[in-house]
Amino acid sequence: MSTPSNTVSGGLPRRRLLRNPPHWTTVLAVLVLLVVVAMAVFAPLLANFEPTKLNAAMRLKPASNIYWLGTDSFGRDLYSRVVYGARVSLLVGAGVATGAILIGLPLGLLAGWYRGIDGVLMRMMDGLMAIPGILLAIAIVALVRGGLITVIFAIMIPAIPQVVRLVRARVIAAREETYVDAAMLLGTRPAKLIWKHLLPTTIAPLIVQGTYMYASAILTEAALSFLGVGIGTEIPSWGNIMAEGRLYFALNHWLVFWPAIVLSLCILSINLLGDALRDRLDPKMQGRSP
Amino acid sequence: MASYFLRRLLMAIPVMFFVALFVFLLLRLTPGDPAQAIAGDQATPAQLAAIRENLGLDKPIASQFAAWISSMAEGDFGHSLISQRPVLEMIGQRIGPTLALAVMAMIFTVIISLPLGVLAAWRHGGLVDRFVMALSVVGFSVPIFVIGYVLIAVFAVDLKWFPVQGYKPLTEGFGPFLHRILLPGLALSFFYIALVSRMTRASMLEVMREDYVRTARAKGLGERIVLFRHALRNAAIPILTVVGTGFAMMVSGVVVTETVFNIPGLGRLVVDGVLARDYPLIQAIILLTAGTYVLINLVIDLSYALSDPRIRYQ
Amino acid sequence: MTFRFNTFGAVALLASSLHAMPAFAETTLNVVMQAPLRTLDPILSTAQIVRTHGFMVFDTLLGMDAKYNPQPQMADYGVSADKMTYTFTLRDGLKWHDGTPVTAEDCVASIKRWAANDGAGRTMMTYVASIEATSDKVLVIKLAKPFGQVLELLAKPSPVPPFMMPKRLAETPAGKQVAEMVGSGPFRFVAEQYRPGDQAVYLKNKDYKPRSEPMSWTAGGKVVNVDKVVWKAMPDMQTSINALQSGDVDLIEQVTIDLLPLLKTNDEIKTGAINALGSQVTGRFNHRLPPFDNPKVRQAAMYALDQDQLMQTAIGDGQYYKLCASVYGCDVPLASDAGSEYLKGSAKERLAKAKELLKASGYDGTPVLMMQPTDLTILSTQPIVAAERLREAGFKVDVAAMDWATLQSRKNSTQQVAQGGWNMLFTYWGVSGIWNPTVHALLDGSGSETAWSGWPRNARVEELRTAFLTASTLDDQKKIAREIQQIAYDEGFYFNAGEFQSVAAWRANLKNLQPGPLTLFWGVGK
Repeated sequence: MSTPSNTVSGGLPRRRLLRNPPHWTTVLAVLVLLVVVAMAVFAPLLANFEPTKLNAAMRLKPASNIYWLGTDSFGRDLYSRVVYGARVSLLVGAGVATGAILIGLPLGLLAGWYRGIDGVLMRMMDGLMAIPGILLAIAIVALVRGGLITVIFAIMIPAIPQVVRLVRARVIAAREETYVDAAMLLGTRPAKLIWKHLLPTTIAPLIVQGTYMYASAILTEAALSFLGVGIGTEIPSWGNIMAEGRLYFALNHWLVFWPAIVLSLCILSINLLGDALRDRLDPKMQGRSP
Repeated sequence: MASYFLRRLLMAIPVMFFVALFVFLLLRLTPGDPAQAIAGDQATPAQLAAIRENLGLDKPIASQFAAWISSMAEGDFGHSLISQRPVLEMIGQRIGPTLALAVMAMIFTVIISLPLGVLAAWRHGGLVDRFVMALSVVGFSVPIFVIGYVLIAVFAVDLKWFPVQGYKPLTEGFGPFLHRILLPGLALSFFYIALVSRMTRASMLEVMREDYVRTARAKGLGERIVLFRHALRNAAIPILTVVGTGFAMMVSGVVVTETVFNIPGLGRLVVDGVLARDYPLIQAIILLTAGTYVLINLVIDLSYALSDPRIRYQ
Repeated sequence: MTFRFNTFGAVALLASSLHAMPAFAETTLNVVMQAPLRTLDPILSTAQIVRTHGFMVFDTLLGMDAKYNPQPQMADYGVSADKMTYTFTLRDGLKWHDGTPVTAEDCVASIKRWAANDGAGRTMMTYVASIEATSDKVLVIKLAKPFGQVLELLAKPSPVPPFMMPKRLAETPAGKQVAEMVGSGPFRFVAEQYRPGDQAVYLKNKDYKPRSEPMSWTAGGKVVNVDKVVWKAMPDMQTSINALQSGDVDLIEQVTIDLLPLLKTNDEIKTGAINALGSQVTGRFNHRLPPFDNPKVRQAAMYALDQDQLMQTAIGDGQYYKLCASVYGCDVPLASDAGSEYLKGSAKERLAKAKELLKASGYDGTPVLMMQPTDLTILSTQPIVAAERLREAGFKVDVAAMDWATLQSRKNSTQQVAQGGWNMLFTYWGVSGIWNPTVHALLDGSGSETAWSGWPRNARVEELRTAFLTASTLDDQKKIAREIQQIAYDEGFYFNAGEFQSVAAWRANLKNLQPGPLTLFWGVGK
């Protein structure tokens, strides 16, 4: 972001986080996320069937006592698949967001601070970013051959430049601040300066960006499945459950809507949580947040 | 400024070269065989070998790359391996619908998301704010094909206001053109509206805490002038940045939207190209998209430099 | 499983509406084909969509009628008493789309190009002494050794039919696609409006002179009753169905069978099978790699798999699929029940047998790499169902999901699995492409690199396939075909996973849709 930056002076945000009681939407979001995480962790206990258990005789059945949400075109239990799907979708989102930040953050700090590196690095990032992410992902999935790790990797690569650009912009803006000048004049080592003054200014926007990446990673996974190059159907993810269900959308739209609802709720919660963190972590927001 | 612009333009060359090399290598290392796409799945290896030889795919990768780059320098993007038509001709056939779709989505985005974002920031925590947050969540959380199907089910199948699918070029009249591009445009813009209104809101919130906004308010300027003349102008660059970075995301939206609404655009051409391993076609489309993207970002970087004199690259 | 192919009374329609259609203002037929048309050379490509395209633009010397008999089409034929000389006389008035007359020279070059590309054609050429044009209208094929299938091959509608094209195109080198779409068929290809993968446009060829005989598959008079045919590719079945219901489209060549109930309630839409022949789903083993290099392991796998289960999951509605042992298709003259012992018994009994056989086979737990195409709906379920059954029988199975293009390329790899090889894949074949041992690629027992993937090796099958070429009576052919089929089962060439029927859907105002071995666009009007 280019706006003249704030004067966060680092320090652990925990104290600030807990100063005010959280807003009810935040509480709700945390609860929903806890439920989703519980779904992922305790999937074997919660599911009524093996999520991959086929039953050709029970294809495309409506909801019933046995199949709570009905069955898909393989005769597999939709409810059990949605429960297990939490695992993959959470992993894809988390993997992509953390991976992109872990790689992008140091690159962004370097690019923002050292002008020598900036040029070359940003040209490569520009190049990477210029390639349509979905296409890059399709090519990578095809190249390295299916599987969860491949999909995470394929979605993460195009996300890295976003992080780098964001961090770099923050650092460039902060570098112009008087307190940074002052610190440099005082002979503060660059490493310390970056750690104490520049890194903290990147946290709030990265959290917001992280929520976007988390959400869009899950959606990109769905889009990849839609185009036929996602995670194979043997591992249920909300993305591929929806992608398979879309063929039968007119027949039973709940095949799409159930995973879509769970997915939307999950992302809603992540976004709300991200916003709450953002409002709390950014001191200028204090007193203004709901 | 002119020399800065020139320098940035020159810098685009290594970027594009990097894109070209990266894509070329990625594609050639991908398993799959264009010869198979030509001959079909019942062809025998002997037939495939003959086709490969004919296409020059049996030559070393380095010499294939050199040949491709040098012919491109002469403006020749080559011929599709599969259909054997000039790549530029194929792109020309398909670019119209994609541009129309993108422009439509952009119009929706600007009309809807800027006012929403500003209002949300102005009445932070208010009804509009909540609506914007809810909308942005929906836009972010619902896959575009679900949005597309819901729009089709409601507006095309039930209400019959719009055709369910297809595309008519502008040359067949503005009415039919608009009639068919509205729904897909709306579906595609959903994500964008969410993104831009959210970013507008966030950026406005940040700007509105600045001293000059307080000063403007203290001077007794009308709220509308403060918001739209002072605040929005200063909040514009992060919003523009998002539009720029969102370009890549729009490409992915385009691919899916074109599939759902059966629009014969570049998105479908490129996915077909990847699935059939039509190397020259994929390479050309990626370079084209990448070039557009580089241009957009050049403009954004320029506006950075123009608006914030503290950032100087010279 | 009771079975009823819904041939929708096309035959009745045929009888009632053979009268010439009155000439209205331009009629256009908008069609969603089962696959996008991306390449145009019907000699180089084995894909069904390109073959269908071929029958629009090009014509064949002979056609095949609904009784599987070769009939005159571009040419009338005569066979010498010793069956060693075949004489073809081109009928009058044949013209290429560029206006030049069709000559015997053109046809000689076309046959040679076809024979260089088609497997059965190559075989035929080893029996042929000469193919020559003796005048503008007459060409003569002389055999060196007896060969019983000259007419059948020249008439075959299956991959690859011997389409006729001008000599200048037919002389295109092997492996290169022809540069122009100039044929003599009932439609002209509109090159300017062709968008690869999206749209192909055909105009009625006003210079085409149909034969006087009634239409029957690719034989008889190809009378075109529409002015224009537009093929649209629609990647999404839901979109296609919406378009059909709204009238944007007149015909969908292949509807996802699960979605048929949606159309049944609409009076304006009819559904049925216009492609008279079904398609066989085949589970191919890679005979070169463990564990399927062991015939006993292959047998165990065949017992583990279950036709009904595979078909039910893929197709759903039982009236659209058929279970039979015949590797040549369920309803063709060569069909027999040889090898049906491998398909008998309930799924449960078969699984028990599979477990027993697998134990006895010495299977060492080598994982089976099963390729699954994610972007081809019709073949995406079988690998999953098969993997589950094989696992229950005691196999270790890895399902590798990939796009169809990757799968097609990977299936040609003879390497170890770790180096990009494979153990099992599913594919499907139109019955017109497998209906005898000469054309059926999966029955090639040569084990050679040039054969279609899987590479079974069996000398007896090769002997029988050679004998089939010279067998002159149907009874002899049946006997040979039956023995080959039995060996194919005993040796586990592949698992025959049953036959499904393509179902088309069309607007009720379409008249006189023709049944055929593939979708035909003559006859039909609106």
